[in-house]
Amino acid sequence: MFTFQHISYKDILYVEDLHIEEKTITALIGESGTGKSTLLKLMNHLLSPTKGEILYQGSPVQDRNAVELRREVAMLSQNPVLFGDTVRDNLEAGMGFAGKPLPSENEMKEALHRYYLDKDLEDHAEKLSGGEQQRLALARITLLDPTVFLLDEPTSALDDELEHDVMEAFISYAGHQEKTVIFVTHSRAIADEFADTILDITPFSMQGGNDNE
Amino acid sequence: MNENIIDLTIWQLAAAYVFILLLLLIVKIRKIPRNKEILVSTLRMTIQLLLVGYILIYLFENPHPGWTILVVLVMVTFAIWNIYRRVSSGLDKKMKQIIAVSMAVGTLSSLIYFNFVVIQFSPWYEPRYFIPIAGMIIGNSMTGVTLGVQTLTEGMKDQRQRVEGALMLGASPKEASRKIVNQAFDNAILPTINSMVGTGIVFLPGMMTGQILAGVNPVTAIEYQIAILLGVAGAVALTVILFVQNGYKVFFNEKSQLNEQI
Repeated sequence: MFTFQHISYKDILYVEDLHIEEKTITALIGESGTGKSTLLKLMNHLLSPTKGEILYQGSPVQDRNAVELRREVAMLSQNPVLFGDTVRDNLEAGMGFAGKPLPSENEMKEALHRYYLDKDLEDHAEKLSGGEQQRLALARITLLDPTVFLLDEPTSALDDELEHDVMEAFISYAGHQEKTVIFVTHSRAIADEFADTILDITPFSMQGGNDNE
Repeated sequence: MNENIIDLTIWQLAAAYVFILLLLLIVKIRKIPRNKEILVSTLRMTIQLLLVGYILIYLFENPHPGWTILVVLVMVTFAIWNIYRRVSSGLDKKMKQIIAVSMAVGTLSSLIYFNFVVIQFSPWYEPRYFIPIAGMIIGNSMTGVTLGVQTLTEGMKDQRQRVEGALMLGASPKEASRKIVNQAFDNAILPTINSMVGTGIVFLPGMMTGQILAGVNPVTAIEYQIAILLGVAGAVALTVILFVQNGYKVFFNEKSQLNEQI
């Protein structure tokens, strides 16, 4: 689905050769500051490589309309971002961005429930804890139903047990829907349990690590 | 005008400067380091107004379309330059262009409508009408656009993560920055709206006060004031919307990515 050959991004990343298969689950691991977020942003075309061309389904990412590509290859940022006041606003905003019809009440409740977030649609999103906001963001991107999910530490603020349950729910959904998933995680256990492929990107990094991603 | 009007003597005018002395005394006692600015701005205000007075006398006595157009162009240019200067964060070239075009198109089209449809004076270049009206419209639009530029650039900087988060999900740059653009528009037109609310009760607008003091019938002065307030509101709205609708684009590249330097 994604092919990287001799791709570099500034002095942060150099990927000599990387291939990510369609309909698989890939976990990106590596020390902080090695460019995991950067790698996801390159696939989402939020960043363009300094050198080389990334192929998505056989054609260069650069040749695609960036906005349309992102609707197909959606990305979740490391820190959950809120759009609007209520839980409902936040779920609807995602669909608005992607130009899709608004989800029904039931679809929204189901998406929240899937990630053990039993909040009212009218609850204020700002009052949710960091972990709850992460799950809200995960529910939002799930409703968008993209072909590829790029998730940057989607469950980092959850305790181990809840993290496991939420990931399990997400991976089960992704498996049924035959989605391609690439996620960044700091948890080796999560990577071991849920990923088909674990990719340590430390060798791609041109930095020692620990800079701001 | 009215013969009863008191022409201020130089001594009467000088007596008014006592207010500035009072101000200087206050900042001196309170040790607020503003005395230099107060002196400079008082001096500038005096010299600028005196110069304008003489220029206006000349223009009123020798009305000519060329002069009127020149004065209006100088006003617009000065206003644009003033916006560049007042926005503290550096503006890039493209942003400057958008500011200039919005100011020129917004103020001049409002001015043409106002003069030819609302007031309808003749000849069309009559400086006694044209120049003060242009001043009101251009000055207020300048303040509006300055606020708009500030809100837009600060919003894009402070809410970068939010904008990026929206882009990641497939939002167009327009969608991703909609909230910031609306905020910029809102901030820019708020002073104009507030001035309409407070007008007549909290304060008498400068133009009307000036006219009444100069002996014009208050009802006529009020009619002009209403027209001017409406014209100003329209011009500010038009200028600011032109600016924000185009200004946000500067923060994105052709790949719908956020530019790095912001």
